[in-house]
Amino acid sequence: MSPANTTNSEDYLRMYRQMVRIRVFEDHANQLYLSAKMPGLTHMCSGQEAAEVGVCEALEASDKITSTHRGHGHCLAKGAEFKEMFCELLGKAEGYCRGKGGSMHIADQANGNLGANAIVGGSAGIATGAALSAKRLGTKDVTVCFFGDGALGQGLLYEVMNMAALWKLPVIYACENNLYGEYSKVEEMAAGPLTARAAAFGIETHVVDGQDVLAVNRLARDLVERARNGEGPFFIQLDTYRYYGHHVGDINREYYRSKEEETFWKTKRDPIANFGKWLIDEKIAADDELKAVDKAVRADAEAAVAYALAAPYPDAAEVRLHVFADNAA
Amino acid sequence: MREITLSKAVNEAIAEEMRRDPTIFVIGEDIAEAGTPFKVLSGLVTEFGTERIIDAPISEPGFMGIAVGAAMTGSRPIVDLMFGDFLFLVMDQLCNQAAKTHYMSGGKLKAPLVLRTNLGATRRSAAQHSQSLHGLLAHIPGLKIALPSSAYEAKGLMKTAIRDDNPVVIFEDKLMYNDKAPVPEEEYLIPFGVANILRKGSDITLIATSSMVQVAQKAAEILAAESGISAEVIDPRTIVPLDEETILTSVRKTGRAIVIDEGHQSFGVTAEIASRINEKAFYHLDAPVQRIGAMDVPVPFSPVLEDLTVPTPQIVVERARRCVKGELFYAA
Repeated sequence: MSPANTTNSEDYLRMYRQMVRIRVFEDHANQLYLSAKMPGLTHMCSGQEAAEVGVCEALEASDKITSTHRGHGHCLAKGAEFKEMFCELLGKAEGYCRGKGGSMHIADQANGNLGANAIVGGSAGIATGAALSAKRLGTKDVTVCFFGDGALGQGLLYEVMNMAALWKLPVIYACENNLYGEYSKVEEMAAGPLTARAAAFGIETHVVDGQDVLAVNRLARDLVERARNGEGPFFIQLDTYRYYGHHVGDINREYYRSKEEETFWKTKRDPIANFGKWLIDEKIAADDELKAVDKAVRADAEAAVAYALAAPYPDAAEVRLHVFADNAA
Repeated sequence: MREITLSKAVNEAIAEEMRRDPTIFVIGEDIAEAGTPFKVLSGLVTEFGTERIIDAPISEPGFMGIAVGAAMTGSRPIVDLMFGDFLFLVMDQLCNQAAKTHYMSGGKLKAPLVLRTNLGATRRSAAQHSQSLHGLLAHIPGLKIALPSSAYEAKGLMKTAIRDDNPVVIFEDKLMYNDKAPVPEEEYLIPFGVANILRKGSDITLIATSSMVQVAQKAAEILAAESGISAEVIDPRTIVPLDEETILTSVRKTGRAIVIDEGHQSFGVTAEIASRINEKAFYHLDAPVQRIGAMDVPVPFSPVLEDLTVPTPQIVVERARRCVKGELFYAA
């Protein structure tokens, strides 16, 4: 762990809490799936919390993000609430998207989340366009485009990174390299260094330990500030790991990765445990304070799940709503 | 009234809207100094600069996606897609992203963008620069589809498209760019979903879109002059939304209908409109509803072959005559 010079104890504790919220949210999402209470399936991001929180804690509410099918962490880190998120996962009317998007399409416009995306790499254009808007309209907003290593196979990403570099757009391409695109190892699918792709366009690239929330946050603060001042775009490779399979149903996965590897990341490289230990070692928080955070977050999640399970489904009349925006031409 | 080309009409519509609304920008390939290969946007960069008339690399999915993101965050982009055939390159960004954003977000996000492109064969441009793909997009909920059939229509529909809060795809007939028509100096908009009855008639209804409107008009003139058949000609103007009522009212009066469209005939616009007539005006029909679309073949290069693939006034005249005579109950 390396201290971030611009943060104080309050910031540290908020980052800890946000990471715990993501971990706890995913545990509950998994339980909802296993107990057959959640329609469809979902992709969990447990293990990647430091990357998500470290980046989003560097952003203002009006800054934008685009997210992925593994998007619960981005959404929570950018400010979303448990209740509306669980409602969305269960297809309930009070969900962020009135139950029409589900896990893979949660958008939270009020907090600058332009949406998760079920097409791998599908939001690269949207993020770059949001940055073009910000530059043209002079809003000073920065956009972070989250994607996984699997999206490095998509041509769209290269087209828009080229334009972002040509036009100096305030966008940060945040590649969460969790070592697997679906069921395949990154080194079997991506030739050469990952950052070389962005470097080819003259984009400044960085590689950071995505399990170290302070290192991620320090880098993100610096790049967000510079992007705001017109120095963008940037590319960050966040080295991280996903604890679960590609999705909740991907249980038997030894054919593509070993239990030993999973155990190593979970026991030695866990971003929450390591950050908690650092907070205690640095005397920023006591052990029982952190335990109280964990407990409070779990209670919040349980209440939100209970609320969402009891919440009403959308009215049948909603099925035809929102195909078109209202201003009838 | 002054007459201007379709090309000039589109240019005027975009310029007027850009003066009114600073959030509008245009993005596409060779649109600034070059003004597009068809020169439709010539001169706009002089007035609005390269900040608003943005030359993009040859990366159609990329700038389509950028337009979607810009539209979701307060801009109103106009995407210039050089040829309608390139739609296949932008399908994910247009159909999975732009078209679904509003619905998937439960109405929170909007993507108010215009994709202007073209359709139409017989320019001797072969199979990848000649297609008419509007029917394909009309299948996707969330997209509006406008099909101007003259300079007047092109200006009024473009202005409406730009002000619409949804993704709108507007197809211009690339063979009509130099065709002139009366266009008023003063501002006007043409609302979506309101068909235009170009010619009143009592024996048969010809429903025609875009490039096929002039084909239907010509056919109606020939039918009146040579066969004494009175054809009503309707241009739906937009196929999404579709002004079903105007079409049904006409068919209930005439009892016969031919739908003419330059998209491939199978599974296309002609099928959809014919089907709605069958569903909603069946007992008013004196003959089966007829469809005339482009031949179901890739557009061939050789002029001799290419000309065989698109509907002509003569084909429409012949079909209309047989329809009115009652010869079409068993086979076209």
